[in-house]
Amino acid sequence: MDMVYQFFLENLTEIYLLIFTVILGFEVISKVPTVLHTPLMSGANAISGVVVIGGVILLRNTPPDNYLMLSLGVLAAALGMVNVVGGFAVTDRMLEMFKKRK
Amino acid sequence: MAFEFWINFAFLLSVVFFVWGLRLLSSPDTARRGNILAAIGMGLAVVATMVMPVHGAYNNYGWILGGMAIGGAIGWVAARKVAMTAMPQMVSIFNGLGGATAVVLAMVELMNFYNGDSHMAGGQLGISLAALVIGGITFTGSMLAYLKLDGKVKDKHVTLPQHQAINILMFLITIALSIWVYWQGSAATTHWAVGLMALSLVYGFSFVAPIGGADMPVVISLLNSFSGLSAAAAGFIYSSQVMIVGGILVGAAGTILTVLMCDAMNRSLLNVLIGGFGGGGSAAAQGDQTVREVTLNDAAIMLYYANSVVFVPGYGLAVAQAQKVLKEVDDLLSANDVEVKYGIHPVAGRMPGHMNVLLAEADVPYPKLLDLDEANEALKNADVAVIVGANDVVNPAAETDPGSPIYGMPVLRVWEAKNVIVLKRSMNPGYAGIQNPLFFMDNTRMLFGDAKKTLTELAAELKNM
Repeated sequence: MDMVYQFFLENLTEIYLLIFTVILGFEVISKVPTVLHTPLMSGANAISGVVVIGGVILLRNTPPDNYLMLSLGVLAAALGMVNVVGGFAVTDRMLEMFKKRK
Repeated sequence: MAFEFWINFAFLLSVVFFVWGLRLLSSPDTARRGNILAAIGMGLAVVATMVMPVHGAYNNYGWILGGMAIGGAIGWVAARKVAMTAMPQMVSIFNGLGGATAVVLAMVELMNFYNGDSHMAGGQLGISLAALVIGGITFTGSMLAYLKLDGKVKDKHVTLPQHQAINILMFLITIALSIWVYWQGSAATTHWAVGLMALSLVYGFSFVAPIGGADMPVVISLLNSFSGLSAAAAGFIYSSQVMIVGGILVGAAGTILTVLMCDAMNRSLLNVLIGGFGGGGSAAAQGDQTVREVTLNDAAIMLYYANSVVFVPGYGLAVAQAQKVLKEVDDLLSANDVEVKYGIHPVAGRMPGHMNVLLAEADVPYPKLLDLDEANEALKNADVAVIVGANDVVNPAAETDPGSPIYGMPVLRVWEAKNVIVLKRSMNPGYAGIQNPLFFMDNTRMLFGDAKKTLTELAAELKNM
């Protein structure tokens, strides 16, 4: 149990952030109309690509002779970036099609 | 000092841009700006992560830029090339990649921890294990969902006898092993982490295996939510606020859509995950009721002289690639001052909102796309409702027959329109294998044939009027 107490106290700010983001996220996203649910999902894909940051941090901290870690880091950066670029680009492509009048 | 301020300010800004970008998605008018804003936020976050001061960093910028360039190029090409009908497949793959990234990051942290290269507080170990398990399930689950959506894998190929029991057992084992590895703390080894990863990967595949067809929108939404949660968990590993916020927002989006999809089918999530669909129920005997057909010419006249028409497209429309022809019919009718609307059921496509995108691609202005409630309101005053490739979502049995498997599911009340025209290939029952009393109603007329061919012929008739 001590480990849990410790984790809670050390990450208090993050836990606050977590809770408020959950509330805010539900508020904001429940206002997205049904018409836009597919772009919402592909946009969410793009945002979940934020894990690319983890890959960058990992690579910056890896000694240049540790090839296993380097390959895993590159893999994480590449996979995350597929989501980021692909997600935002395809969402933009879709949203461009939604017009009031042609 | 000033440098660190600007780095953290950039992170703060990117979080605000994510939230504000999603807020702008609340209207089609501002949605595009919102997406661009979120993309700028992401760019800020990535650049800030690259240049932020890290004690004793090796940097490896070549590796970082190389990896990102490869991924970015793949993503860009995929986004340009994908057909709008294939959006569910693409979103599934992206869900899976998000999960895979979380698995890689968690695995690296766990390897460093078990090799004694780094320390982890207990909570951090738990979070890493969570990222590993959720990410693993998301990855293989999404890949199977992709294969199923793409028609490469059929449900029966991947379903074992007693599959639900196997899934429940595997779920319990995964949970139990996670807890056990967690309690072992640093006494466990990398092998255990690898074992746990393998188990999650197998479970992810297995849990999607028996779910198919009409339930796919729920599965995609759920996996979308998981991919966000795994990203948020990875964010805790690196104490990165921007990853936590981004991940949670995605998790919230996926969760909301999952709930909406379940509601649209009047089923609980548990029921979707462990209950098979189709068959069963008292598929009310139709006796030898007859259906009435309508000729193309009569249908064209009926539509041409109507005041208002509501089209109800289903997945059959997308299968037949008939969106553009439908829009042509719409244009011909609108030119004669017929008010044309589209009634779109939440589960009309293979993912949430799919049908709207397909119609938008065919240049249908979005104010014509009505959601369930708006459409039911419009149908009350409609002269003609035209059903193209939809079946279960316009089935009156959902409201009248308590024995029907879809009883209680919200449906489009097309029968409240003065006339109903059903475009249908044949009298075969729909996806769920449920008979539809709508076809036998007095105000219903059937127009048999391939949707695209029929609509093309209908357009030709209208042109001659």
